[in-house]
Amino acid sequence: MKAAPFTLHTPGTTEDAVRLLAETGEEGGLVLAGGQSLGPMLALRVAYPTDLIDINGIEELGRLEVVDNALVIGATVRHARFHGLTEPAPTAALLARVVRDIAHYPIRQRGTFCGSIAHADPSSEWCLVAVTLGAEVRLLSATGERVVPVDAFIEGGMMTTRAPEELLRAVHLPCLPEGAQFGFYEFNRRAGDFALGMALACYTVADGVIADARVGIGGIEDKPRRLSEVEEALNGKAPTAETFAAAAALVTDLVEPMDDAATPATYRRSISAVVVRRALEASIAKSTET
Amino acid sequence: MTQTKDLTLTVNGDRYSLSVEHRKTLVDTIRDDCGLTGTHVGCEHGVCGACTILVDGAPVRGCLMFAHQAAGKDIRTVESLADGETLHPLQQAFIDNHALQCGFCTPGFLMLIVGALENDPDMSEDELIEHLSSNLCRCTGYQNIVKATRQAYRGMRQAAE
Repeated sequence: MKAAPFTLHTPGTTEDAVRLLAETGEEGGLVLAGGQSLGPMLALRVAYPTDLIDINGIEELGRLEVVDNALVIGATVRHARFHGLTEPAPTAALLARVVRDIAHYPIRQRGTFCGSIAHADPSSEWCLVAVTLGAEVRLLSATGERVVPVDAFIEGGMMTTRAPEELLRAVHLPCLPEGAQFGFYEFNRRAGDFALGMALACYTVADGVIADARVGIGGIEDKPRRLSEVEEALNGKAPTAETFAAAAALVTDLVEPMDDAATPATYRRSISAVVVRRALEASIAKSTET
Repeated sequence: MTQTKDLTLTVNGDRYSLSVEHRKTLVDTIRDDCGLTGTHVGCEHGVCGACTILVDGAPVRGCLMFAHQAAGKDIRTVESLADGETLHPLQQAFIDNHALQCGFCTPGFLMLIVGALENDPDMSEDELIEHLSSNLCRCTGYQNIVKATRQAYRGMRQAAE
């Protein structure tokens, strides 16, 4: 199908973009960044905005840089920018690993990191990364900027606390400490498809035991979240297969999985422990591609 | 409600001055307004990849961009591959390996493969094969597309360097 009629705006500055959002947001104006989720929604007429504010021409939104030990990801930084990213290590290695599971190569040339956060699909890999690492979302409007922890920004499946007049300008992703270990595992039935379950784990090792463990799950519940019980079961233990299996075994009782016709909640519950265990195992098997 | 706006597109090096609706996709514009019907329209929501074209060197879904977003960009379609009667090595490899049956998905696969390798010249053969999962083919079972891609890989990579 074809999109319903709308007016396309192409502002050249963030000031113009937020002015246009102030004028049109309440009546249904939307931001167009990569368009790889919004495009299909327009074509299927799930979305029919009056106005689209295309931010791709705003140069400053394309920046990707480290500021105050956080990777600052501008609103038009595309998934493909993370292909083979090497700095800042080890955060870059984590992002370069995760990006391979996001849709397909041509989609990654257009889709954006911040667009994924703003869209807040439960199966979004970047939402899982942002929540697990404790990212902050920067929201700009004509009246000023708001800083919101991503966990508070994402309310639920495709629901966020963004106000209609706000532009998600950037995401600040805290950098992992030097030497941090990470592992990621995603399960789906076809390459590039939406995750039926995925997990991200990162930690440091000091004196042979795990410290500062962060374990997040995505695609299981209506939004990604960290599992503090699993993290506590890891901290202070040696990073061994036995430690990982014992911590992952806790997961099934902790989650409240989504339920749909193709994937019942019991199935997702069963997957949840498996993806956590495999993510943890991947953290010590870097040479083995998962 | 339907607003049109003037637009100049550069496709395969040729400039097209058009008046196009805001909501019109790039692929529909290339077909209807530029008259280049080599690029096909399949699912219209980014899943099938039949409309894959190159925009500033990167393979993208032509159905997930609006024409006005491509103003000032370098667009390439399947029509750019052959040099007169001489086919691009990848096109020849598709014929040699029977990598198409109905041919509907072929323009998308050709631009995906050519574009991925031009965009990332260091891409390994196995990575390129992995990216074939980006597009859908309902005839070949993919194996012959894989064979054709492997046959053309070395030559294309040398050409890209």
